Amino acid sequence: MNNVIVFPMVLPLLTGIILVFFRKHIQLQRWMSIGVMAFVAGISLYILNLIQTKGILRLDFGGWEPPFGILFVADSFSALLVLTASIVTAICLLYAFFSIDRAREEMFFYPFVLLMVAGVNGSFLTGDIFNLFVCFEVMLLASYILISLGGTKIQLKESVIYVAVNVLSSWFFLVAVAYLYGTVGTLNMAHLSQRIAESGQTPILTVISILFLIVFGLKAGLLLYFWLPGSYSAPPTAVAALFGALLTKVGIYSMFRMFSLIFYHEPQVTHTLIGIMAGLTLIGGSLGAVAYRDIRLIVSYNVIIGAGFILVGLAVSTPAAIEGSIFYLVHDMISKALLFLLAGTMIALTGHAKMERMSGLIRNYPVLGWLFFIVMLSLAGIPPLSGFLGKVLVSQGAIESGSYILLAISLISSLFVLYSLLRIFKQCFWGETTISEDEEVPLGKGMLIPAVLLAAASIGLGLGSELLAGYVRDAAVTLTNPNVYIEGVLVQDE
Amino acid sequence: MEILITILSGVLVTAATYLILSKDLLRVILGSAILSHAVHLLLMVMGGLKKGTVPLLGEKPNTYTDAIPQALILTAIVISFAVTAVFLVMAYRMYQETGVSRHALLRGNKNE
Repeated sequence: MNNVIVFPMVLPLLTGIILVFFRKHIQLQRWMSIGVMAFVAGISLYILNLIQTKGILRLDFGGWEPPFGILFVADSFSALLVLTASIVTAICLLYAFFSIDRAREEMFFYPFVLLMVAGVNGSFLTGDIFNLFVCFEVMLLASYILISLGGTKIQLKESVIYVAVNVLSSWFFLVAVAYLYGTVGTLNMAHLSQRIAESGQTPILTVISILFLIVFGLKAGLLLYFWLPGSYSAPPTAVAALFGALLTKVGIYSMFRMFSLIFYHEPQVTHTLIGIMAGLTLIGGSLGAVAYRDIRLIVSYNVIIGAGFILVGLAVSTPAAIEGSIFYLVHDMISKALLFLLAGTMIALTGHAKMERMSGLIRNYPVLGWLFFIVMLSLAGIPPLSGFLGKVLVSQGAIESGSYILLAISLISSLFVLYSLLRIFKQCFWGETTISEDEEVPLGKGMLIPAVLLAAASIGLGLGSELLAGYVRDAAVTLTNPNVYIEGVLVQDE
Repeated sequence: MEILITILSGVLVTAATYLILSKDLLRVILGSAILSHAVHLLLMVMGGLKKGTVPLLGEKPNTYTDAIPQALILTAIVISFAVTAVFLVMAYRMYQETGVSRHALLRGNKNE
């Protein structure tokens, strides 16, 4: 049965609801939440392998045949992202055990994380555009709470901006859905794609596609990223790591779905626009990453650079570039979480967020320093680590299609990533040790183990990319041939 | 009829944009509420306002109005209600915490 593909959304949802009733039982909340995320990771690995043998999986809710009912569709792309999201969430939860204060834990921290992940997994798996909107809102409402939970001044100030921007982008989403329904008369993604292919992408549909571009640009930090650095540096570390790893990636995923499955008929308009936006995002993100001296802001601008880089692959849209983007997306989720965790740990240990206030940390915390070194090389794309293959494939795609400007910008941005992080490494880990032996804050194992796990995942992803290559190739085939998806959804198999 | 409602929702969007760009947080929230009214109207228009009875099977007429936009609007209303409630409480907390209701006054590093 295909019922298994509903579990990545339903299990976190149910567990989240159950945990609401056990507010004071912190141990129960901790172990149940991490247990369910590990279980979901296992299930999504099973789904991923099932897709390789049985093709695209589909689950019609209530037995209504596709264009009429809501459905979940799992292809390799979404299963891969669900798997990565679940693993990253489990590790971030482990970090939260040791870093989140008791007051926050008692105020439903774990239920809200689980509800947010339910929204994220639902967005990855849904095959219906209005259902995608609803899953986005599930994710966003939980994230509103997580960003303001604790109620410090800076959190409240940033959360107000964050909520206002997301209300606006959700509004644009609804407007786009309304126009799309008015023009095409359906909400199922595969059916939409089929109808648009039959009638050709008229100018009005291109306008609607640009509206979707604005919506997902706001969510993913593509050019419209002005809200992102502030919002991602306000919440506690574990929450910021979850945001940096998951939230923008959902926007990127939706953009891939929209512009490879539905609006792929006018690439000279839409894909050129994505290319321009991705190029400007890379430039803006690079400037931001080298301009600030606050570690949290530098890390947040690196999220923006990552989003720009992945969308260069979509703008180019050759099979190699799409494959590279998928590799890079998986890598980015893991290493951005790691980067946020390390930056948060550094701030927790020294009590400062400014670079010039810390120095010589490598002497006090050698493991932390070398972990930071690994994630820096991994994000810059140094060969044995995970960022390399994605960058190579995207660059190869850009050369094949002759977009040399985008190629140049994306490669130069890698240098900026390296420079901005090397600056943190050099300033904070090298130099004279300012913390004396007895003033040293002990770095607990609990804060180190999650980071070690993520670093191991990043190295494993780089060395074992051959293991992943089969899944990624299958995902890229589905993304570049919309008919595979449409047949998987609309052809009745019973 | 469609044209009239479209113009109405356009007016609502104009008012909402003006309110959202103002300095006071409460006006921003009002603007976002008006914005959601505008899009709910737009969803209804997009389903078509052709004459037909309410979508109840007991009515037994020749035509019904399209039921899908109504379901979509119902969902969107509940969501925007929840978001507005959260937003209002957040604004209230911010006012309690900082003593200002104008978010423009919260710029700079003083509040960090």
